[in-house]
Amino acid sequence: MVARLLEALPALPIVVPHLAAILLLLRPGRRVRRTLGLASCLGSLAVSVTLVLLLRGGRVMPIQAGGWAAPFGITIVADMLGALMVLIASLIALVGLVFTVASGRDDRFVHAGWQFLLAGINWAFLTGDLFNLYVAYEVMLIASYFLLTHGTTRHQAREAFGYVAINLIASMFFLFGVALIYSAAGTLNIAHLVERIPQAPALPVRAGAYMLLTAFGIKAAIFPLYFWLPHAYAIPPGGTAAFFGGMLTKVGVYSLFRVFTLVFPSGGPDPLLLWCAAGTMLFGVLGALAQEEVRRILSFHIISQVGYMIMGLALASQIGVAGGIFYILHHIVVKAGLILAGGAIEETHGTGRLDRLGGVARTNGVLATVFVICALSLAGVPPFSGFFAKLLLIRAGLEAGQPGIVAVSIVVSILTLMSMLKIYAAVFWGPGEPKRAPARLVIPAALLAAITVAVGLRAQVLSSLASTAAGHLTTRTTYVNAVMKR
Amino acid sequence: MAALVSLLAGVLVATGIYLLLARSLLRQIIGLSLLSHAANVVILLAAGLRGGVPVIGASKGTMTDPLPQALILTAIVISFGVTAFLLALGYRMHLFGGEEDRDGS
Repeated sequence: MVARLLEALPALPIVVPHLAAILLLLRPGRRVRRTLGLASCLGSLAVSVTLVLLLRGGRVMPIQAGGWAAPFGITIVADMLGALMVLIASLIALVGLVFTVASGRDDRFVHAGWQFLLAGINWAFLTGDLFNLYVAYEVMLIASYFLLTHGTTRHQAREAFGYVAINLIASMFFLFGVALIYSAAGTLNIAHLVERIPQAPALPVRAGAYMLLTAFGIKAAIFPLYFWLPHAYAIPPGGTAAFFGGMLTKVGVYSLFRVFTLVFPSGGPDPLLLWCAAGTMLFGVLGALAQEEVRRILSFHIISQVGYMIMGLALASQIGVAGGIFYILHHIVVKAGLILAGGAIEETHGTGRLDRLGGVARTNGVLATVFVICALSLAGVPPFSGFFAKLLLIRAGLEAGQPGIVAVSIVVSILTLMSMLKIYAAVFWGPGEPKRAPARLVIPAALLAAITVAVGLRAQVLSSLASTAAGHLTTRTTYVNAVMKR
Repeated sequence: MAALVSLLAGVLVATGIYLLLARSLLRQIIGLSLLSHAANVVILLAAGLRGGVPVIGASKGTMTDPLPQALILTAIVISFGVTAFLLALGYRMHLFGGEEDRDGS
């Protein structure tokens, strides 16, 4: 009985938030609503922690939906990468929801949209089928469209329209890619594709791969497809922005990691992806330096940081991919922490403009500390988690004989630090009549700052988990055998 | 036949992009839905247009691959939902401002 229940575990992070979302649409009262929303996030978190512990030894847990054996049915697969991503998604959903509740911006639509978004994100991380990934994306995106446009002004609705349009175009590329790959390989199950791609005709497969690269690249905001992001992420209030900025682009990055290691292995450093990575890092951080608003600066940093993750993927070695995965996890925590810290300032002062703020550190010591910790971690200063993430990537880069990308990544780190100092100097120092941000708005960000410190002090734990996850992607046989039941 | 259907997909994409570049919101929405139709046509092409019989009752080798039809059905439902959402969003922008131009103000 217990064994049967354990086998069904990978489905729960998808099912629980879906059920919660449907219940939330039934107009429960405010107390019930908040309890249900937070409980669902906590439940998803608990399941994902269990999954990570179960899979620590290198196991892969597939579920064949409806009992249809792979590759004929829809496969749900929890491997280490998927489990870690679900863990981080549930954590950010929980912390972001706490902030949203604390700032009083939670009506029943926000709660329901939030759970649908979490369900879609978890689904994308756990599916083992390319078309099912598309469906998961759409569930996630429709929820995100809704959260983005809920309660907006006219100008914001326009920006949101652009976001919806660009995502629809990305979805079209995704479907083109799926069609090309299906016509060449005759399957869409990821494990089955691993086996059949080498025998499939090369031209449609390559065309399909580039279509998928474009689709995921738009969602992940890699160079030169990142232009939509700063507009879209300036719209929603702090809690939602943290969930978006932390998770949504990372679903695209995750898909790139999943597909461009397992299905289309490059076998060595990939020049196209390396150029994309370098461009993403550099142009993201240069964009950030030019901005004069907390949220916009942080949005451009999302782009720049995605470059580091793609760098790990482009190096294509196990340590490179492990570094990339470590970087994704670290970045999500730190970035959500920064956006929530910025959100606390915006909620208290009603603006995020650098020239209208000042002296916030005098009345908000804790908030300033939280911001500094996250900012230093983002820039890669020891002893925080960002240092170890960058260390792994730089080591992987040198081992792969790619000093160019390593140089770019170090320069971008320094520029990142500069633009973080710019926010700090303008917002936390200087003259001004700052108000005190209430503790309930500071606690969510403080929690994430504590996590980046803890990960930094115990980097070995996360890096061994990331290494296990990367092992499944680079060696491939464990994943394929588990799904195809051999 | 396949060449003709490929051409159809190309025309749908071209028309979709042309409409997407228009200033009117409604045209942009129609353009986006044409793009998703193009994707559906491409999936249909992926199965190969062999004109075989349906899968139930067919002997091995003569049937049409049923999977792309399932994929298209799913994609149609999704694009229906998104188009409905876009129309609602467009209506709200209309209520906000009166004119539906989407300039960069």
